[in-house]
Amino acid sequence: MILRGIAAEFAKSRIALAGLALIALILFVALFAPLISPQNPYDLAQLDLLDSRLPPGSHSTAGGTFWLGTDDQGRDMLSAIFYGLRTSLAVGVASTVFALAIGVSLGLAAAWFGGWVDALIARLADLQLSFPSILIALVLLAVLGQGIEKIIVALVAVQWAYYARTARAAALVERRKEYIEAATALALSNTRILFRHLLPNCLPPIIVIAAVQIAAAITLEATLSFLGLGLPVTEPSLGLLISNGFTYLLSGHYWISVFPGIALLLAVVSINLVADQLRDVLDPQGRR
Amino acid sequence: MFAYIVRRLLQSTVVLAVMSLAVFAGVYAIGNPVDILINPQAGQQEIARATAALGLDKPLAEQYFVFLRHAAAGDLGNSFAFNVPAIGLILERMPATLELATAAMLIAMILGIPLGLWAGLKPGSAAGKSIMAGSILGFSLPTFWVGLMLIMVFSVYFGWLPSAGRGPTANFLGMQLSFLSLEGWRHLILPAANLALFNLSLIVRLARAGTREAMRQDYVRFARAKGLTEIHVVGVHVLKNVLIPIVTVMGLEFGSVIAFAVVTESIFAWPGMGKLLLDSINLLDRPVIVAYLCIVVTLFVLINFAVDVICSWLDPRMRLVDSQA
Repeated sequence: MILRGIAAEFAKSRIALAGLALIALILFVALFAPLISPQNPYDLAQLDLLDSRLPPGSHSTAGGTFWLGTDDQGRDMLSAIFYGLRTSLAVGVASTVFALAIGVSLGLAAAWFGGWVDALIARLADLQLSFPSILIALVLLAVLGQGIEKIIVALVAVQWAYYARTARAAALVERRKEYIEAATALALSNTRILFRHLLPNCLPPIIVIAAVQIAAAITLEATLSFLGLGLPVTEPSLGLLISNGFTYLLSGHYWISVFPGIALLLAVVSINLVADQLRDVLDPQGRR
Repeated sequence: MFAYIVRRLLQSTVVLAVMSLAVFAGVYAIGNPVDILINPQAGQQEIARATAALGLDKPLAEQYFVFLRHAAAGDLGNSFAFNVPAIGLILERMPATLELATAAMLIAMILGIPLGLWAGLKPGSAAGKSIMAGSILGFSLPTFWVGLMLIMVFSVYFGWLPSAGRGPTANFLGMQLSFLSLEGWRHLILPAANLALFNLSLIVRLARAGTREAMRQDYVRFARAKGLTEIHVVGVHVLKNVLIPIVTVMGLEFGSVIAFAVVTESIFAWPGMGKLLLDSINLLDRPVIVAYLCIVVTLFVLINFAVDVICSWLDPRMRLVDSQA
């Protein structure tokens, strides 16, 4: 019933609904990329160098149409974007899930146990949040090197603090309430109180932060890959596609960079629109 | 106040020490710079000699100790790649980054405050709504992609502005700066606009929220009742109160702007310290990476401190005390 109320409230904004529809479409494309792409952009047997750097709408030597043109290796940009979206979303979602789990657990623990645990976690989070995320991620990747699991580690390291701070603030308010007192009086275990009683009541602001942070994670990954520090060339995300096209931008082959950029933009904007409305519905005080 | 400043400075020193140790250990755990720096055909002996010359044969703890002793004397080591002091390399590039960051901040404020005021005064109007929609877009657009689009439109398509470099620089107060010549301005405007975008959106939002809040206050009603013109009410009474949060946030954001300059500098081939950091990461030039981080962290600490002091001066309601949150 609560969920239905939230859904009704959410649906009041048409632009947020449009964002949600766009997210569904993007997810569909990312999940089924191998089935709906005109070609497999990483199967070298399907590429023909004669097709390289063709403008959008050109016909391939094999007879198909490149709706969004081709890159320097004769790769269909539309297919490359579908696969790139898949990688970008996977990295964004995976890092958000890990950062959420780690950050929320630490934030709840800080609020619940207090004392030195709280001081340590809160100070660490504050310290980290005082540095720009891109700087921390750059240095971490310089140390770790390239790779999909390494960029996820870097993104989690950058993002856990946002969840820890949000969860801690919510839990500090909730723990003074009577239902927690009742649970303590029943001598329930700490774990059970934290995750069965405290956590569900702290969720609304955490969900809002998670929605914002998925978009931030996708953007940060794209930026790092663009700078050549993120994903290896074998697993190109949208950032790497854009970076690859940068070389050809100056000679007028705009489509190699522009279309992956638009795909990235659509993904990030649609998530932000939904996050904005979620904030209005779930966490009206948290509005900035 | 004095006790507060002393405690803040002590905390900052601890932060710097911890950070330098973490970065030092992390950066020194990766790769062997000797592999990159010397001829691949070099023999064992030559490799050993190069390693010893760079001091890399000693244990990590000893290397860190040597680093600290030299750092205390203002020497952060020599760059492996250029064989000159790392700190000199960075200080030499710093004016370019600071010029870019300052230009970006100015653009963000000069455009952002009036737009935010307008959107706050007329929230329901078409203009107000478009300004807000624009600011959401400004938040969402990835900086690096906007940079590419600026190059595509203004450099490739129209051919109005150069896409790379700083152009001619002139000496100003001992720094090499671009803004003194027209050609320098033409090089500066695109990267500065690119870097400004995020903060422009942020200022629009802050100014709009501040204006809406201020317009409901008694002092605005009173100023109107006194018969002051609307321009006076908005330009003096509202603006003053809107500016306080903007100054705070912009002060804190200056650090991020310097960090994000890494992206803008790499797109526009702007020879600042961010580009130097990226090049050093690719070359495994450890002393430069460590020196960059030490300098940037010191800069952040100083900026945060300055913002606190300026805010307490602008708004006496904000006291300089430790917040035990």
